[in-house]
Amino acid sequence: MTNTLNTGGSDAPVKKSHMNRFIQSTELDTRLLGMLGALALIWFGFHIYGAVVNGFGAFLTPRNLWNLSVQTSSIGIMACGMVLVIITRHIDLSVGSVLGFCAIVMGVTQVWILPELIGFEHWSIWIITVIVGLIAGTLIGGLHGYLIAYHSIPAFIVTLGGLLAWRGAAFLVARGETISPVDSTFRLLGGTADGAIGSTGSWVVGLVGVTTVIVSVSLDRRKRKTHGFALRPVWADWFIAVVGSAALIGAVILVNSYYWPRGIVRKFADENNIVIPDAGLFISYGFAIPVLILVTVGIIMSLVMSRTRFGRYVYAIGGNPEAAALAGINTKWMTVKIFGLMGLLTGLSAAVASARLGSATNALGTLDELYVIAAAVIGGTSLAGGVGTIYGAILGAVVMQSLQTGMVLIGFDAAIQQIVVGSVLVLAVYLDNLYRRTAK
Amino acid sequence: MNDKDKIDCAIKPLVDMRNICISFGGVHAVDHVSVDLYPGEVVGLLGHNGAGKSTLIKILSGAYAMDSGEIYVNGEKANINNPRDARSYNIETIYQTLALADNLDAASNLFLGRELVSPIGFVDDDAMEAETRKIMGRLNPNFHKFKDPVSALSGGQRQSVAIARAVYFNARILIMDEPTAALGPHETQMVSELIAQLKAEGIGIFLISHDIHDVMELCDRASVMKNGQLVGTVDIGDVTDDDLLGMIILGKHPDEQ
Repeated sequence: MTNTLNTGGSDAPVKKSHMNRFIQSTELDTRLLGMLGALALIWFGFHIYGAVVNGFGAFLTPRNLWNLSVQTSSIGIMACGMVLVIITRHIDLSVGSVLGFCAIVMGVTQVWILPELIGFEHWSIWIITVIVGLIAGTLIGGLHGYLIAYHSIPAFIVTLGGLLAWRGAAFLVARGETISPVDSTFRLLGGTADGAIGSTGSWVVGLVGVTTVIVSVSLDRRKRKTHGFALRPVWADWFIAVVGSAALIGAVILVNSYYWPRGIVRKFADENNIVIPDAGLFISYGFAIPVLILVTVGIIMSLVMSRTRFGRYVYAIGGNPEAAALAGINTKWMTVKIFGLMGLLTGLSAAVASARLGSATNALGTLDELYVIAAAVIGGTSLAGGVGTIYGAILGAVVMQSLQTGMVLIGFDAAIQQIVVGSVLVLAVYLDNLYRRTAK
Repeated sequence: MNDKDKIDCAIKPLVDMRNICISFGGVHAVDHVSVDLYPGEVVGLLGHNGAGKSTLIKILSGAYAMDSGEIYVNGEKANINNPRDARSYNIETIYQTLALADNLDAASNLFLGRELVSPIGFVDDDAMEAETRKIMGRLNPNFHKFKDPVSALSGGQRQSVAIARAVYFNARILIMDEPTAALGPHETQMVSELIAQLKAEGIGIFLISHDIHDVMELCDRASVMKNGQLVGTVDIGDVTDDDLLGMIILGKHPDEQ
């Protein structure tokens, strides 16, 4: 890498050295670019296939992309935790079942217990419910971590046992019943017409995001100056700020151009005594609440991984567990914390998933573990440990969900979907290996 | 420092390990071994592979918990149960394996377990990199790969990161396990100079080595181990290469003849 830089790419074609210089200057992650490219290919591919074969490209529509974002949330939130688990050379096969169990616990709490105690549709029900779910998830994850770290049972076995046990426990707790209806405020977590923040709210979120991008680019520049480190060229800083802002604003415009269906608008108008104008009343969805939850989790977890000691230790343990222990890191307690965090995020994911469904069933989250692991791995998390990013895992979740949604839209049947998703997972890891070999 | 303190320092060993025992599955890896180390002194630990020298040293650095025995640091009984305890006594170790996390850069490795944090508790990567640049500028001025993970570094560069880590935190007691095993002649020379410099600063060093010449050149005393037991401790000035070899191979103390 450094050699090609020094020789100025004398034997490389001119075009390639431009590209190299661009990547070097912007310090963009090449695998991130690769994933965005793959995602663009999937999106346009499905859209064009739909347009040519079915006469209608349904993929690149505000409606589909909005739904895609909501469907990604549950898997994406868990993938953020799975990255840590896999970086430290473990695996968690139990997340789907734990999600089901947490959903049932929350269902029981908000439908069977709390209405008796504090009244049906009480304002605090959703808060208590979510807290109960998060605690349940954290305790279960922590228990897994404890068994793995302090009793040396491999994570594969502990969580394989968990995969069966928690699904069974979910069935027992609810006696196999579907628990509904969930609290109406709780439902908003799942992202429905109400569970989105509307046009104005989305603009506020978008502008806060744009401000953050610009401030952080300029802060970074100032910090490098004070330490006398190499600066990015000015144009590269501008490029990052402009592209980042444009992406955010584009996302706001996209979610704001998906409007409530006419039925919901009519009901809303009736309830609020609004007369619908002849041209029609257009109410934007805006960002869905679960998507905002995913984004928040993604930002917090990215900060944790790159800016805290905890995150640094996760990478260190993944890179060399023995060295981490010799550096005074309590690797066993770290394992408990990592699995506890995985459980916490699974609990949060359970809230989103059961809110979206509007009920809690013991089958909720079935096979999710595979999608979560696939998302993390497609996102560049190495099963050998030590390597992985939060944004990669979220992008991986978007890729998985895009494939699935796209195949539904163009009318592939379920069997083919499974074959494609499975093959893509294997292909992704193969390509990743190739990338790593050439990058070295 | 007044005269009385000086005398105290001269008398009190920096480290005094007494009757240390540890066994693994019935094998006495270290069997009633006592060694000590004075300020500004280099003590070589010699012996065949499996003689127990690395195990003994890992007890001092907190990697293993001993079965019985006592450790005194500066004349006071020390409780060392994990690497953090050892570090709190200013005991720093350069492991033979280097104990680096290959996926992290030099600064992250140097500060691993002791990260510099900003007031809000975030790790301060820039400050750590700046500090790393300073110390590497002193130890290995040719080192420039601050952004790369240490897996991308050469053996000598990796070694200098491991040494920098031990030196940076004001070690009083330094343990070096085969510090020159993976190095070329130039880098070995660098390590020798560093040892002389640290010695002059009053740091006590345990040097584990296979190389008799290294030991003869760098050490003040040598403790030889065989089969988990201490053969003896000798002043380097009083022995020859052959005496040391005899101790290592035959387990025979030179005075016994």
